[in-house]
Amino acid sequence: MRHFLDFEQPIAELESKIEELRHLSDADEINIAEEVERLEVKSDRLLRQTYGNLSPWQKVQVARHPERPHSSDYVSGLIEDFVPLAGDRVFAEDQAILGGLGRFRGRTVIVLGHEKGGDTDGRVKHNFGMARPEGYRKAKRLMELADRFRLPVVTLVDTAGAYPGVGAEERGQAEAIARSIETCLEVSVPLISIIIGEGGSGGAVALAAADRVLMLEHAIYSVISPEGCASILWKDGSYAEQAADALKLTSADLAKLGVVDQVIEEPLGGAHRAPGEMIEAVGDALEPVIYALASEDRDNLRAMRRRKYLNIGKKGLG
Amino acid sequence: MNWLTNFVRPKIRALVGKETPDNLWEKCPSCEQMIFHRELETALRVCPHCDHHMRLGAPARLEMLFDEGSHTRIELPQPTADPLKFRDRKRYTERLKEAQQQSGESDATIVAHGQIEGMSAVIAVLDFNFMGGSMGMAVGDALIAAARLAVLQEAPLITITSSGGARMQEGILSLMQLPRTVIAVDEVKEAGLPYVVVLADPTTGGVSASFAMLGDIAIAEPGALIGFAGARVIEETIREALPEGFQRAEYLLDHGVVDMVSHRHELRATLVRLFRLLKDRSPAAEVVPLPEAGVAVGDSSTGSAAGKEAEPAPAAEAAPAPVPDATPVPPAKED
Ligand SMILES: [Zn+2]
Repeated sequence: MRHFLDFEQPIAELESKIEELRHLSDADEINIAEEVERLEVKSDRLLRQTYGNLSPWQKVQVARHPERPHSSDYVSGLIEDFVPLAGDRVFAEDQAILGGLGRFRGRTVIVLGHEKGGDTDGRVKHNFGMARPEGYRKAKRLMELADRFRLPVVTLVDTAGAYPGVGAEERGQAEAIARSIETCLEVSVPLISIIIGEGGSGGAVALAAADRVLMLEHAIYSVISPEGCASILWKDGSYAEQAADALKLTSADLAKLGVVDQVIEEPLGGAHRAPGEMIEAVGDALEPVIYALASEDRDNLRAMRRRKYLNIGKKGLG
Repeated sequence: MNWLTNFVRPKIRALVGKETPDNLWEKCPSCEQMIFHRELETALRVCPHCDHHMRLGAPARLEMLFDEGSHTRIELPQPTADPLKFRDRKRYTERLKEAQQQSGESDATIVAHGQIEGMSAVIAVLDFNFMGGSMGMAVGDALIAAARLAVLQEAPLITITSSGGARMQEGILSLMQLPRTVIAVDEVKEAGLPYVVVLADPTTGGVSASFAMLGDIAIAEPGALIGFAGARVIEETIREALPEGFQRAEYLLDHGVVDMVSHRHELRATLVRLFRLLKDRSPAAEVVPLPEAGVAVGDSSTGSAAGKEAEPAPAAEAAPAPVPDATPVPPAKED
């Protein structure tokens, strides 16, 4: 059973009607076929209309859609011979961030990605994609490994944020994030980040201070969740919709601000309606970027990355 | 001064009622004793009764660290105000204007250079009074300016942090100050210059997750709240009461996050000691001879000792290596 978002209800109704008609066998076959076709056209149009005009708050819902492809889906779809690598070598293995070595369209890469998990067990195992310090320390370790072996790094960003917990703070959550950002900025290999779902604050930028930041059309990337922002600035969490507007967290706004370098279009009705298509589109967008960056001079790469971040924010929304 | 607190206070309180004028007396939030304002300022806002470190404004911080308080502020870049045209219940531009009028500063950072015990230093200090010391473009730009000044002057960089985190009203651009400030302090480190962080109350969120946690040396002020996530958020997430002293400086020291907790009155002396050690790394006159290659040194490594030029040659009858601390450590708690 497909999971429909609140604003998708009209689409859901149409789709269930189509399903219903398809299962009717005793009525006039030709009429049914015509009716199904008519409804399909209508549903398609509605989907196009809805998804062509998503509000920032609706995009927040889409970005968090449970059926949206997660990092592990991109890894299985795009990376061959994937060898997962685990552990921070200090305290633990944090499954909120997956990492490993693999081959992307012929080229060996290091992949890092927040993993939210697909079902209840998975979500618990991966702590809903909210990493603890060990996750960021593993990321740092694997980026350094990539640097040593001159391998491009691809990071997939999909997290509500770093995990707020007692142990996480005790083990230096802030330090781990800071160090991970520092490592992103220090490595002399291509670093490409793709915001595939939710880019939640420090926990996201810890993997995304990259040469190129690609972002899926309906993904979001923000300094704070709209709910958190509303409860602090409006002193009322129910203003999340207004906060989502004010924060400018959509791919279109972020591209204007120069925070995101490239927006990857999603299949009609969002990535969750056609995961396979989405994953291929991400691969197709990634390939030329890696290719171009891999031919850059190593020192130059690092210098350009720094320059890019030092210049961010100078142009505003225009 | 005890006679003032113990004797005069009740009378004054009786006179002015519940409200004590700010300019005369201040109540210590920790021990609740009334402290004469001038006495408190002389003590750099450290309670003379219980040693509680109250928040100290940015200008006072510069004065207390530089020789005779003398320093030169640098002019800071003025980034685009309100890049997102942000509005919550109030316009961001209004909030900004209010903060500017109240503080007389253009944003939450002051950058100054001067001498500390005759050694040049650059200090960037965040002021919590300015919108909670929150970090937006202006703070990021100030940190970059401070770092470049340090490199130019071949001086150490000290940052003094007190901030609630990123400035939400600048949205994603405030988040982008995490990488930007990390680049800034790395420029200092790459120039071979020391970068020292003084973590004051409070240092949380995006500021803690960037330049504040990357010091070569991390010094925390006693009792300072330091952490990434807010205590309330954590409590709501784990649905448990937080441990005693959670996210306080001493707690962080126990958990290995900071090098030391330094009393505010000792801070300057601590910095001086550190800078001297890092500046004058070898005896001025004689060159210390290298130990012969292949001779067991300390950890009995067989490699060449060439990399350890500053290390004195080991005595013939070296004391036995210290036994690692055998104190049992309680198992780390999982979240
Ligand atoms: Zn006190």
